[in-house]
Amino acid sequence: MVQEHLSILFSSVFSENLALSFFLGMCTFLALSKNVKTAMMLGVAVIVVQGITVPVNNLIFTYFLKKGALVWISPSFADTNLEFLGLISYIGTIAAMVQILELFLDRYVPALYNTLGIFLPLITVNCAILGGSLLMVEKQMTFAHSLNYGFSSGLGWAVAITALAGVREKLKYNDIPAGLRGLGITFITVGLMAMAFLAFAGIKL
Amino acid sequence: MSSQKAKDVLFDPVFKNNPIALQILGICSALAVTTRFDKAFVMAVSVTVVTAFSSMFVSIIRNYIPTSIRIIVEMTIISTLVILVDQFLKAFVPAIADQLSVFVGLIITNCIVMGRAEGFALKNSPGLSFLDGIGNGLGYSVILLTLGLVREIFGSGSLSLPVFGTLTVLPLTSDGGFYVRNGLMLTPPSAFFLIGLFIWGLRTVYPNQVEKD
Repeated sequence: MVQEHLSILFSSVFSENLALSFFLGMCTFLALSKNVKTAMMLGVAVIVVQGITVPVNNLIFTYFLKKGALVWISPSFADTNLEFLGLISYIGTIAAMVQILELFLDRYVPALYNTLGIFLPLITVNCAILGGSLLMVEKQMTFAHSLNYGFSSGLGWAVAITALAGVREKLKYNDIPAGLRGLGITFITVGLMAMAFLAFAGIKL
Repeated sequence: MSSQKAKDVLFDPVFKNNPIALQILGICSALAVTTRFDKAFVMAVSVTVVTAFSSMFVSIIRNYIPTSIRIIVEMTIISTLVILVDQFLKAFVPAIADQLSVFVGLIITNCIVMGRAEGFALKNSPGLSFLDGIGNGLGYSVILLTLGLVREIFGSGSLSLPVFGTLTVLPLTSDGGFYVRNGLMLTPPSAFFLIGLFIWGLRTVYPNQVEKD
């Protein structure tokens, strides 16, 4: 039991990192990794949103969408399969969750709300969040596993973007060929980081 | 609409204003699906179709959407189109749909679709928006197909074409040929390197795209 959870934690932070091996959330990953402070903020926001939406989507999948999931309403729904509605329900949940989180933070934790600022709404269209929910459904996780997976996959993404921002801050002082400046060299940096993370691939807990 | 403008809208995004290389949009899915040419092809077509039609529909109703809820309206249109594409692929090319797994669903959050709906369709006529969607889809497809081509040929020595089946381009040593597979090409980092090099090439041809710090 504990071992299963440890293995989910380890694999989603290192060997199956959302950003570096599934390429999820790349748009924000590249656009907002120019300095470490912003990158860390965004990382925290992703951990929070991911940690909430993945378990919620897990509940929606288990009790509404899965084949035969509606039996708790009436036994006559045993053959109903609403899985094709998956995409639209998950994205709806994510958009709603982000909105609620924003209202909640604004009311009770204004300090955090002010620092996260524009990053919260941006997260709705971050593929890492929707991707996390879709991968969770594909791996057929239980509720407890999805709680863990939501948090640790968010953590993996946060680690990756913070590390990239650190590298890019140093890169500023280097003399890079004109055509490679900016986006080009960032891609190559991310490639090298992904290679380093490949080293974790063989490790199983 | 003048035909010159329509032509610019259609072809500019291919090289001059490429969504991936210049606008940093839609990179997420560009990398994961390019280990085989046929996967990349199916993905490219799906994204082009979704972008074109979502831009068109958003443009048709652009004067009736209140600004405050426009994002959720756009999301609904996009996710409906993606569900249609997803069901279509599952029905007609189940093998490839299986390999693409979550990435078809992720077209919803592909920033190209949302970006063009927000940035172009809200201000232009349905016809132009449709062309803009096709154009940006083509720009995305160019990068996707190039990556798929390079990664598959050097990674597996073969080329899987849609409809025609798989061709052997470089006979592998394991089958008595001369080519030793380059395993790196099939792993995630190679996709990053190739896009980085592609951008370098593009910016050498169009120096005005070089970023100034």
